Amino acid sequence: MTAENRFEPEIVAFCCHYCAYAAADLAGVARLQYPPNIKMIKLPCSGTIDALYILKAFEQGADGVLVAGCLKGTCHFIDGNIRAETRIERVKGILDKIGLGKDRLEMFFMSSSEGPRFAEVAREMTERIRQLGPSPIKGV
Amino acid sequence: MIIAKQKPLEEIRQMLEGYERILVLGCGTCTAICLAGGDREVAVLASSLRIAAKISGKNHLFKEHTVNRQCEWEFLDTIEEQVKEVDAIISLGCGVGVQAISERFPEIPVFPGLDTLFMGMPQEEGIWVERCSGCGSCILDKTGGICPVTRCTKGLLNGPCGGTKNGKCEVDPEKDCAWTLIYQRLEKQGKLDLFDEYHPPRNFQAVIRPGKFSIKQGG
Repeated sequence: MTAENRFEPEIVAFCCHYCAYAAADLAGVARLQYPPNIKMIKLPCSGTIDALYILKAFEQGADGVLVAGCLKGTCHFIDGNIRAETRIERVKGILDKIGLGKDRLEMFFMSSSEGPRFAEVAREMTERIRQLGPSPIKGV
Repeated sequence: MIIAKQKPLEEIRQMLEGYERILVLGCGTCTAICLAGGDREVAVLASSLRIAAKISGKNHLFKEHTVNRQCEWEFLDTIEEQVKEVDAIISLGCGVGVQAISERFPEIPVFPGLDTLFMGMPQEEGIWVERCSGCGSCILDKTGGICPVTRCTKGLLNGPCGGTKNGKCEVDPEKDCAWTLIYQRLEKQGKLDLFDEYHPPRNFQAVIRPGKFSIKQGG
């Protein structure tokens, strides 16, 4: 595949207001380069992520979804990120069963001061989804 | 309330094989509370089925709706128009709900999306426990409000048996011995004399299956 027609994945990133969203902001302020494939949605806490948000993103054509919450033990709402992690595992099970594959979904933990980490996560996820190829839904 | 859990997705997909327009119907009462068949579960299941169908190259229709209670005609009447647009219904209600829908709309196949487990209550967040077997001859007045028919693994009416150990059951050491709980409750209430009372064998004819009750005859 040439650089011109290289597959550019669409990735929806559900980011916690207190960490990943601020980290993304910091990455931007620091002018760190990261792939523009990430479409960000701010959540008041990663613990508010619902299985339905993720499924709807995939249903509407996302190639990948990432959920980013605070570092473990630092959640503003005590254990929202831990709850999110459990929920993500459950949704990964659903993705496997419906044929999308669990690798299209991932949860990351970071603090608001980790701008470079956000940029790294964005690159890592983009590369992973690029390897997996477009969502099989798009073939229909 | 009635406790149920969702069937595996593979089983649900297998049931719906061959149908193209499907109504995913939730129940807003018991199964909504036990997180098996309310609005949210309907939306998640319908979305999962929609994605799976698209991946298989099928453009199936999955409608979503939740009625207040699937086990009452009044609520089922409200979905009459929607039922006309589909060729199958997957119910996220209990077994009663599935049968009620099927009886109300006999021309449409109705599939169970849940496995109905028992009558119970939440013990803590996400954990439900059985509390009543619907035996038709309640003796809770004599057992301190703890049902031995349901909570004693052996369903003994005169306990405890020799298998009780440190308040746990010999069948499953994780489970509390119901008769130890009854003793402790009666002791707290100063009614230990009730513990000496002999309970004759249960009247298995109190509810003859299938059960039927008329308030006109019974009340």
